[in-house]
Amino acid sequence: MTHQPQEALVEPDAVGLGPSGEDTTPPPPVKTRGGRFTGYWLMLPGALWLAVFFLVPFYSLIAMSLYDPEGSALTGYDMTWHFANYVDAIQSYWRPLLRSFWYAALATLGCFFLGYVLAYAIAFKAGRWKNLMLVLVIAPFFTSFLIRTLSWKLILADDGWIVNTLQALQILGPDGRLLATSFAVVMGLTYNFLPFMVLPLFASLDKIDNRLIEAAGDLYASPARGFFKVTLPLSMPGVVAGTLLTFIPAAGDYINSELLGSPNQRMIGNVIQNLFTNQGDYAAAGALSMTLMIIITIGVVLYIRRAGTEDLV
Amino acid sequence: MSPLHKLGRWIGEHLVLALGLLVLVYMFVPIAIVALMSFNDPTSRNVYKFDGFTLHNWLNPCEPAGMCSSVVRSVEIGLLATLVATILGTLAAFALVRHRFAGRGPLNTLIILPMAAPEIVLGSSMLALFVSAGFGGKLGFWTIFIAHVTFCLSFVIITVRARLSGLDDNLEQAAMDLYATENQTFWRVTFPLVFPGILGAALLSFSLSFDDFIITNLNAGQTVTFPMYVWGVAQRGIPMQVNVIGTAMFLIAVTIVLGSELARRRQARAAVASFVRNVDAA
Repeated sequence: MTHQPQEALVEPDAVGLGPSGEDTTPPPPVKTRGGRFTGYWLMLPGALWLAVFFLVPFYSLIAMSLYDPEGSALTGYDMTWHFANYVDAIQSYWRPLLRSFWYAALATLGCFFLGYVLAYAIAFKAGRWKNLMLVLVIAPFFTSFLIRTLSWKLILADDGWIVNTLQALQILGPDGRLLATSFAVVMGLTYNFLPFMVLPLFASLDKIDNRLIEAAGDLYASPARGFFKVTLPLSMPGVVAGTLLTFIPAAGDYINSELLGSPNQRMIGNVIQNLFTNQGDYAAAGALSMTLMIIITIGVVLYIRRAGTEDLV
Repeated sequence: MSPLHKLGRWIGEHLVLALGLLVLVYMFVPIAIVALMSFNDPTSRNVYKFDGFTLHNWLNPCEPAGMCSSVVRSVEIGLLATLVATILGTLAAFALVRHRFAGRGPLNTLIILPMAAPEIVLGSSMLALFVSAGFGGKLGFWTIFIAHVTFCLSFVIITVRARLSGLDDNLEQAAMDLYATENQTFWRVTFPLVFPGILGAALLSFSLSFDDFIITNLNAGQTVTFPMYVWGVAQRGIPMQVNVIGTAMFLIAVTIVLGSELARRRQARAAVASFVRNVDAA
């Protein structure tokens, strides 16, 4: 995956959440204290844990996706290099698979517009309330994801005042509803992943030297032109990190489609979860899980190439 | 300045802030509803309506069968996973920032991967390991614990690493110049400076563990954590006490965060004050 110098991949930005492409500052001076091998000893437990409980599981998942589908969770599976699992799984479930990416894309777009406004307001307009507003962005996180999502179920409910108002304004038909529609699911995804967009965007915007924006104004750029020619391009690392941090979890999520949607809004996560826990069809579930991962990886690589921060891949 | 420019400036000054605050309000709407519903006195099975005010739910939080035991289980798993992830992660962060050794690059990549993979993939790969290792029938507390340490570990390493690499190493140099030994320097200067980062990482880790549903549900077997309890009752109609727990969690976390922010400010003020006093004395 990496043929560039490794350092560029990992220097964290201020939030420490995502890859930020432009950071080319040299690593801080590394002081080797203690013995020559202290580094190894400090790293060993964590690295061992990740090897055993992250890399090995990944290998197990690849193996499981190639099991003979004749087996079952109870009787065990035979390893037969059954690549047909992938063909079968995609043939049966291409609709929820496609839908997952479509919903995740819409939610990412929604997060981008809402998140940019909020991040911009915090970075440039909040003044001494900056820290407080940042805390407020993270605060809703502290109430459980599931409880917050269930709360939307109540807000969007059929006889709730939002639906009643929309019906009175004839935006929604008399039988129209919000719950159990794709709108509700995309809205839920947008809501739940918004902080993942705001924080990296804020980190990028906050780093921008205000004098550059003022210079654009001095050179007779309108505020809009200044924004599109200076601010937006300089915030690109945040845009890239933010879209990745919202799109990837949104594509794999099934809580929103389960609680706010109907079977017509089922996403690939619902299918995988159901195959694992209810049907015990581990081979198909493994193949779908791998398919999701492969598509996301290819998509991320292409996206980062296009977005112009090549040193990430 | 042309009127058009003035208008542009005015919009830039006020509209953006107003819109930003609106987005912030949107983020809090569900929280407000949860808080409101924690005082709900439902008259029917329809629990999606506010029927009347009562303190009953707050006074009898453990009334719904199995809810409080699921909260306790989530707290136990969260504390244990946080402890292990914080220790392993802090050691690893020190290794990555302070020591050069072969394999640092690939290790840095390895750390981001668990955060970059969708949860459903991470969860199913862990299930694949447990099943193929013959633990398929023994899913429960310990498999959840292992899964939680795995995804918390990355977040801990990245948080502590950020704090550590942002540290001014002149402070340590100064300590060494004043004849502090390596041990003294570490425990008196480095560790106290990094500690807020470690604490933040532990808080983050606990809240991630406490809130996780997707990975937990795949690896839990018959064990019920709080998110799994909520998921289970969501189909039938949620007991109002779930809203009590949600509101209480929110209040506790906000208190901790605001409290630490205030403490930080007071500390900073005290430091400035003592500096000024010393300068005056000199």
